[in-house]
Amino acid sequence: MTSFLSYLINGISLGSVYAIIALGYTMVYGIAKMLNFAHGDVIMVGAYITFLAMTAAGMPPVLAVILSMILCTVLGITIERIAYKPLRNSASNLAVLITAIGVSYFLQNVALLIFGANTKSFSSVVVYEGFQLADGEINVSGVTLVTILACIIIMSVLTWFVNKTKAGQAMRAVSEDKGAAQLMGINVNGTIALTFAIGSGLAAVAGVLLCSAYPSLNPYTGSMPGIKAFVAAVFGGIGSIPGAMIGGILLGVIEILSKAYISSQLSDAIVFAVLIIVLLVKPTGILGKKIQEKV
Amino acid sequence: MKKLFLNKNTKDTTITLTGVIFVCLIVQLWMSFGSMSSLLKGLMVPLCVYTIMAVSLNLTVGILGELSLGHAGFMCVGAFTGAFFSKCTDGVLPDGIRFLCAILIGAVFATLFGFIIGIPVLRLKGDYLAIVTLAFCEIIKNIVNALYIGRDENGFHFTMKDSLSLGLSEQGEVIINGAQGISGTPNDSSFVIGAVLLVITLFIILNLVNSRSGRAIMAIRDNSIAAESVGLNLTKYKLMAFSISAGLAGVAGVLYAHNLSTLTALPKNFGYNMSINILVFVVLGGIGNIRGSIIATIILTLLPELLRGLNDYRMLMYAVVLIAVMLFNYSEKAKDFKEKLGFMTRKKFHAKEDK
Repeated sequence: MTSFLSYLINGISLGSVYAIIALGYTMVYGIAKMLNFAHGDVIMVGAYITFLAMTAAGMPPVLAVILSMILCTVLGITIERIAYKPLRNSASNLAVLITAIGVSYFLQNVALLIFGANTKSFSSVVVYEGFQLADGEINVSGVTLVTILACIIIMSVLTWFVNKTKAGQAMRAVSEDKGAAQLMGINVNGTIALTFAIGSGLAAVAGVLLCSAYPSLNPYTGSMPGIKAFVAAVFGGIGSIPGAMIGGILLGVIEILSKAYISSQLSDAIVFAVLIIVLLVKPTGILGKKIQEKV
Repeated sequence: MKKLFLNKNTKDTTITLTGVIFVCLIVQLWMSFGSMSSLLKGLMVPLCVYTIMAVSLNLTVGILGELSLGHAGFMCVGAFTGAFFSKCTDGVLPDGIRFLCAILIGAVFATLFGFIIGIPVLRLKGDYLAIVTLAFCEIIKNIVNALYIGRDENGFHFTMKDSLSLGLSEQGEVIINGAQGISGTPNDSSFVIGAVLLVITLFIILNLVNSRSGRAIMAIRDNSIAAESVGLNLTKYKLMAFSISAGLAGVAGVLYAHNLSTLTALPKNFGYNMSINILVFVVLGGIGNIRGSIIATIILTLLPELLRGLNDYRMLMYAVVLIAVMLFNYSEKAKDFKEKLGFMTRKKFHAKEDK
């Protein structure tokens, strides 16, 4: 029972990281209707910036994370401006997908050139040691605690932002109907850029948390968590913010539990199999909206 | 004289096939008599593999109009079933017949997988379909990595734990060794066989596209509701295109497996990265354009090799070229620019787009 609980806590912690990444995916998808394959690599960039700021510049962890968030936000806006914006009105949305893949290769190879292929060991940004429950049988590490807290805070702030603020309303309007939003005087390009900025800033946080929990950093660190977070976003219903949260946490818990109790080799297969089953029962994910097709 | 009276589609098919055969002949002559570098020689079979993959993926993405990110999974099925068969019958059947059987078996199994996976997957639409195909591809790769099959005088043994729990007798040998894959597959692939398979693939796909079924598939792509209302069976035609595409990917897999001495299912060769690479060929060549896929595959496979002088920068250049080409081909500004230069008139461009 205690081991089950500690697996569960680990799962929720990993799931929180997935949820934060999935938020970036789901917001960008909701508003720009594109799969941003480069999102996973922004995570990697964020982790590298924090790593450099802490080791080479000797910054305190909090400052390093903030710096990494700012730089990733700038990176996200730049990518959107250069690579995605010119294609926004193009007929084929596959073109944007392939461009995103190109951006992903670009980021990976730039990182490869600058930092080399060697895996760097990332030292945790969390200094707090953590605490123990049930007479020391369940160990909750500081990283786990911070990850879960960060996820809850980000979720609440984001929900408030999207539902209550003017910019958030603009986002919802653009995701509903770009043309109509423009007619209502909403700056569509600005809103989309803002979405990318938020998504990339969150990716930086996710990168730091991911590498604090699993301290190995190389240019391909971001791609698998990126894909899994995307799966989580689809799982919860892509375009929905609470959906990304639920999807991410469920995915993390399923992954850790199947690693512990079934097979560590097959854990990815089990995660994907659950996704397939969910989509077959609910084709738009757990919280997805069903869109009626008009003839 | 008779050729002049062929209809447009047959003429197109003939031109494509003749062109491919001609190029293959030149390459073969160059290989036998010319001074092709060994590096380039080593690239020829993979080039055939990728071309078959791209052309068959174009059937799903371009002709059927469904985005599939799991094409490498079917290649994996073909590769492992084909290599398994070859390993089992090595020394029993003569080389040529064994390889032919391996190709057929790979194709049949991949088609079967395409059919089974297609039934649930094709009910979904758009990006959901894409992510589920990706999921299936990863599942196939994961299961292959955890699979152990061995053989001794009592028959075949099978487990998903490790090679020791197979319980083989002393004469037994492990055929599929989990993450270590299959080693010692006979090296049957050659450029000639690859080229022949490529021509057969093209023949199958071009004929399908120009047939009654092909027109039905394209009608479903253009408007599924309209197609259904004129009495087309959506599931049947979607499944047909999807499983044929999967089967041909299986053929590519068998070719791939018999070009390597050790076959392992890594993220690099059978993961989603491979599927995405192939998708890049298809989109860059023009979605739905078979000739375009072939040309794009050749250029993009050779590009990193031609850029070898740039050493570490070559994959970076590849990424930059990819983004630049996409922006040049699809952005609004580039369209205006091309119009100004007189490459194409606006009207013509739209007509092409509507197709």
